[in-house]
Amino acid sequence: MKEKSASIRDKLLPAATFAGIIALWWILSATEIVPGYMLPSPPAVAEAFIRDFPNLMEHAAVTLKEAIYGLLIGTALAFGLACAMDRFLNLEKAVLPVLVTTQTIPTIAIAPLLVLWMGFGMAPKIVLVVITTFFPIAVGLLDGFKSADPDAIALLRSMKATRGQIFRHVKIPAALPYFFSGLRISASYAVVGAVISEWLGGFEGLGVYMTRVRKAYAFDKMFAVILLIVIVSLLLMKAVNLLKTVSMPWLKYAPETAGQHG
Amino acid sequence: MELLRTDRITKSYQDRTIVRDISIHLEKQELISLLGLSGSGKTTILNIMSGLVQPDSGKVFLEDRDITGQPGQISYMLQKDLMLPHKRVIDNVALPLVIAGMGKKEAREKADPYFARFDLEGTQMLYPSQMSGGMRQRAALLRTYLSSRGVILLDEPFSALDMITREQLHAWYLDIMAEMKLSTILITHDADEAIKLSDRIYILAGSPGEIRHEFRIDVPRDERKEFNVTPEFAAWKRQIRDALRESAE
Repeated sequence: MKEKSASIRDKLLPAATFAGIIALWWILSATEIVPGYMLPSPPAVAEAFIRDFPNLMEHAAVTLKEAIYGLLIGTALAFGLACAMDRFLNLEKAVLPVLVTTQTIPTIAIAPLLVLWMGFGMAPKIVLVVITTFFPIAVGLLDGFKSADPDAIALLRSMKATRGQIFRHVKIPAALPYFFSGLRISASYAVVGAVISEWLGGFEGLGVYMTRVRKAYAFDKMFAVILLIVIVSLLLMKAVNLLKTVSMPWLKYAPETAGQHG
Repeated sequence: MELLRTDRITKSYQDRTIVRDISIHLEKQELISLLGLSGSGKTTILNIMSGLVQPDSGKVFLEDRDITGQPGQISYMLQKDLMLPHKRVIDNVALPLVIAGMGKKEAREKADPYFARFDLEGTQMLYPSQMSGGMRQRAALLRTYLSSRGVILLDEPFSALDMITREQLHAWYLDIMAEMKLSTILITHDADEAIKLSDRIYILAGSPGEIRHEFRIDVPRDERKEFNVTPEFAAWKRQIRDALRESAE
């Protein structure tokens, strides 16, 4: 009983905060403390969202495609590199500082270059998403491999397990929670990364559409796009959580550790 | 008949000698204990016998075959139960078979019949976190058994359990050892446990650790379960405690 009321409270509290923020926004725009041409009211945004819905979906499909392709490629590359770094300590020593350094380069600075190099199609967008999503996953996996219990590795070695068997039975499962933490961060970066690269040139996608409505000073539509980007990002993160639950079924039996890396 | 033998094993780490000239032997279906205080190098000896660590000098023989530095010859159960949390109990138990190259399904089929004998029937599809400490320990023992060629090394397997669970496991282990014709080397710092279970006890002490005494406890297996409440047990305990105390000085 107690647990149940606690879980209701955990859901109600953030919902109340969101409601409060929207209420404040509404008051500000209804009383015209902030004029309507600067900040459209929540109902105006909702109306624009509904009116523009088919258009928004079309652009969202493109952005989501870029985000997911980028995320998949980024994950694959991160997995490959993390495995290689775990296997060869010298590779880790050589590459990891470089990786960390690249993270300080602002995405927004590379994006126009990518457009210059690759044109206005999907390629520069996907590449930018790969660049932004790769790092959290690679670092998460690497930490995860290192978190494997050395005694469990000793146990497998005493059974004469090969390096590959130790990797498969101990290291990869140990890295899964870390991997999903990284993937969830990357999923939220992915959509934003795709939108940013669309700002800088392209024919379709939420970023392109956003630029278009901003130039037309259609702020209600602009806010509708922002709302949609938030929704898409949250859905993608939700999907990652779902994937985590499915791929780690044992977690639901260990409530004391379930949320550790989630 | 002599099954396992170590011949003058010495091991140092960074100029510090951990164990020196360790020569012990284990006979078929015998249970021997290495009893020592903390830091006497007990685990180093097990690591060497299991082939995980190469000694600086000395050799390990299994049935007169040199197995020094070769893992996978005898089975080793570490201090923690080390049930992998992401595998169901049956897959944990069947892991040594999978490592040896068997398919998952076949390994499950081979492991399954042992569950009843190890008091684990019905736990096959659970995850380790759903089991009690005693059950996990029995499952770990079953896994050790399935990876064994008859010789089992146990590194303080009962030390993390409460007294009642530990006594139950002691009794159960003696039964299973007889039934499965196992030979066991037990590492412990608990004199009571060593006296209650062992046919012979080696006292390991000093720094570097050396074998200081050897005791033979001549009590038949079927009298073991209540052995720890007899006056004879108390006499043994006094003798072994004195030996430990003297070696610590």
